[in-house]
Amino acid sequence: MERDDIIEYSLGAGHSEEQGRAIRKKIYFVTVLLTAITTFEVLLGVFWRSWMPNSWHWVKWTFIVMTVVKATYIVMTFMHLGDERRNIRSFILIPYALFLLYLIFIAIWESQYIHWALQTFL
Amino acid sequence: MSGEASKALSNTVLWGGGRSPFSVSYGKLMIWFFLVSDALTFSGLLVSYGFARHSLLPGVEWPVGEYVFSKFPGIEGEMPLMYVALMTFILIISSVTMVLGVEAGHRMDKKGVVKWLFLTIIGGLFFLSSQAYEWTHFIHGSHARVTLADGRTAYLEENPHHGETIDPATFAMTIGSTRSNEVVKGPEAYKLYQNAIHVTSGANMTENEYGPPAYANFFFFITGFHGFHVFSGVIINIVVLTMVMKGVFQRRGHYEMVEKAGLYWHFVDLVWVFVFTFFYLV
Repeated sequence: MERDDIIEYSLGAGHSEEQGRAIRKKIYFVTVLLTAITTFEVLLGVFWRSWMPNSWHWVKWTFIVMTVVKATYIVMTFMHLGDERRNIRSFILIPYALFLLYLIFIAIWESQYIHWALQTFL
Repeated sequence: MSGEASKALSNTVLWGGGRSPFSVSYGKLMIWFFLVSDALTFSGLLVSYGFARHSLLPGVEWPVGEYVFSKFPGIEGEMPLMYVALMTFILIISSVTMVLGVEAGHRMDKKGVVKWLFLTIIGGLFFLSSQAYEWTHFIHGSHARVTLADGRTAYLEENPHHGETIDPATFAMTIGSTRSNEVVKGPEAYKLYQNAIHVTSGANMTENEYGPPAYANFFFFITGFHGFHVFSGVIINIVVLTMVMKGVFQRRGHYEMVEKAGLYWHFVDLVWVFVFTFFYLV
């Protein structure tokens, strides 16, 4: 029996020629941005010792922030999660973020303890 | 891009009105759930890598990415991080061609989808062969760590390739680290090398010349697991491309399968962004 109460969401995903042009423009913008960030990261990784020899801490955090920026653009534009309904966005990002933040916290906390224990008792 | 999802709806019809509150099809929702679980796996791997690195025995140093990965195929001398940067760039570009393919699919442009999907597959294959080069180089090693009879650590200036004999006249080692200025040369140095307690050349699962054993283990597991994802991504893309060329999606009326394959492909790129940062840069 054919069901008529199911909405075929897949069919609604298309867009017109004009919308396509705007989307492509956005894609090219993100491409340039991602390439620029990666280039900067590599240059920083190779030359930071001669540019600013005593600031590894800052360089490291620059890398991490830039990576998160890149990841945001990939997820929001390339995987177009940014254009989906807010429900699905929260459904995917919030549980993941909660779990990951806790994992990072507990790993840093415990590894510091182990490092300290090795240093003190070995 | 997602027409259905951008339609304005009142909240009252979302749950009770027979509409999914997500406004995406079953397949797309499920690929997202799969990607979340896969992301958790990769997060677990990268966090455990960080844990191992952070809890390191005092006095043991973790290898520096730009010293370990400093070779470019076909070019003599040091090119720190350049090859891995090229790999990253290729993967980003293949992600772009994929999203352009998805966009073409939304316009029911079959020719465009075929073109962009084909380029994506080429990019993926390029990345895979680059990784094969990287692994070969990593396993072979370039300096070989030598534990001398007096307990000092030395590194060969040039690790001989398999089957090559060492010429004592041009033989040289650096003492302490690969970057140290303390260099011993010639037949005397070669004698020290022959009397060495232990020589670690390249990398395997139990020891490596770069640093603690965990370093190579994490390298093999994380980049290997990612490489396997790229490999299966290429296979999926080939299957989808074949279906596109046979006109399956044109008949179906939508190219959502390309979009789902695309989500997986972007995810692979996303993971590489993090692997690149935490393995090669930080």
